[in-house]
Amino acid sequence: MIRVELPYHLRKLAKLGKVVELNVHDPVTQHTVIDAIESKYPMLTGTIRDHTTQQLRPFLRIYACSEDLSLNSPDIPLPEKVRSGKEPLLIIGAIAGG
Amino acid sequence: MSSVRVLVGTHKGAFILNSDGKRKNWKVDGPFFAGWDIYHVKGSPVDPDRIYASQTSDWFGQIIQRSDDGGKTWNIPGGEKLPNPYEPPAGQSNKFAYDTSTATGKPLTTHQWYDGTQHPWEFKRVWHLEPSFTDSNTVYAGVEDAALFKTVNGGKSWNELAGLRGHRSGSQWAPGAGGMGLHTILLNQKKMDRMYVAISAAGVFRSDDGGKNWKPVNRGLVSKHMPNPEAEVGHCVHHIALHQSRPDILFMQKHWDVMRSDNAGDSWEEVSGNLPTDFGFAIEVHAHEPETIYVIPIKSDSEHFPMEGKLRVYRSKTGGNEWEALTKGLPQENCYVNVLRDAMAVDSLDSCGIYFGTTGGQVYVSPDSGDNWSAIVRDLPAVYSVEVQTLK
Repeated sequence: MIRVELPYHLRKLAKLGKVVELNVHDPVTQHTVIDAIESKYPMLTGTIRDHTTQQLRPFLRIYACSEDLSLNSPDIPLPEKVRSGKEPLLIIGAIAGG
Repeated sequence: MSSVRVLVGTHKGAFILNSDGKRKNWKVDGPFFAGWDIYHVKGSPVDPDRIYASQTSDWFGQIIQRSDDGGKTWNIPGGEKLPNPYEPPAGQSNKFAYDTSTATGKPLTTHQWYDGTQHPWEFKRVWHLEPSFTDSNTVYAGVEDAALFKTVNGGKSWNELAGLRGHRSGSQWAPGAGGMGLHTILLNQKKMDRMYVAISAAGVFRSDDGGKNWKPVNRGLVSKHMPNPEAEVGHCVHHIALHQSRPDILFMQKHWDVMRSDNAGDSWEEVSGNLPTDFGFAIEVHAHEPETIYVIPIKSDSEHFPMEGKLRVYRSKTGGNEWEALTKGLPQENCYVNVLRDAMAVDSLDSCGIYFGTTGGQVYVSPDSGDNWSAIVRDLPAVYSVEVQTLK
């Protein structure tokens, strides 16, 4: 079971708690995890990545195991601790403002 | 007894203000969608309890919300239940994809960018939602980068009316300071196939076939900042309005200049008259007097606040040119707010109510056509839009 922490506004939008648990078949990548989120919670489709381009939204970042994975290819496997459910995948809204 | 419901979109959420027909005592509900930019909230003329909202964010993109109970509860259309085979896939309500198909679409061309170079069309957000006069499931959406979309299933999915974006003049359209938004959509109860839209900074376009084909209708507009001040397109039209009894007569607040057209936009004449400044954003028509119009003059495009710190609505009972200042109940010193293009509306009670919201978070009402004003609420986030529903 993959664990994902969603940012506050997406949790409110989908009426979810801080962490969602997802069944994701191999390979477990950013791409397949977001696929699973959008499949289970259709109202979040298009909020993490653009509908058309499938690019991660520019003000969102993806972290896991103290690493910024945002610029990695969305198709490479996530760290083993994420794949095994020991560590969550963090989707974080960039902090902006003064 | 009649009542009114005021739908307010702000920088940090939506609010719903309710009152009886006296419009003295108000109940304020919200914020809905707290923390999000709510560009526009508008109810269906067919079913007033059906309300649509454009919720948007630089972080998470576009969301469409819908209420079927007058704003008490909200849902993302097609967002939760798996669709049946006859419905569009779930999660499509916020998909605004330009139609480039050979069958119904137009090629994704470029428009003029701030520096004069060409720039590809990129969807950013929905600025305006205009529900149909005949079907509560049909809504038009004006978006940035400028294009017109339509849903016929209550917002579950949207298709572009690509004839507008695909107009031959598209390469000359340019963004205004706030982006290249299609911000005004005017439908008409009498001439169902006739539609008008306004785009910053392209101008006004008219369709006479329900949105398939469009023509620019900007003759008579003069914009001194343009290389050709009288060009067919490129004008920064801020808002247009009409009275439903006279669909061929239009009123416009342009970047500078207040204008009117008596021939469905084929030509325009200036009616700024004795206004202290003819810069502004909002313009509206009285519900029962088609020649009575309202504007809120703003000092200039460099200083987006009322002149002399005095918040004044101007009313013309002659369709323009002759204007009177309406000040009773409005702040007449130290007021430096703005009133945005979609932030003024009228109700249709016998004594017509006029409403507007400010970037300072006030929403004002006049229950007597502008003679007297009071603040319904004073400390909302910056107001983007105000719409009014008159409920029987």
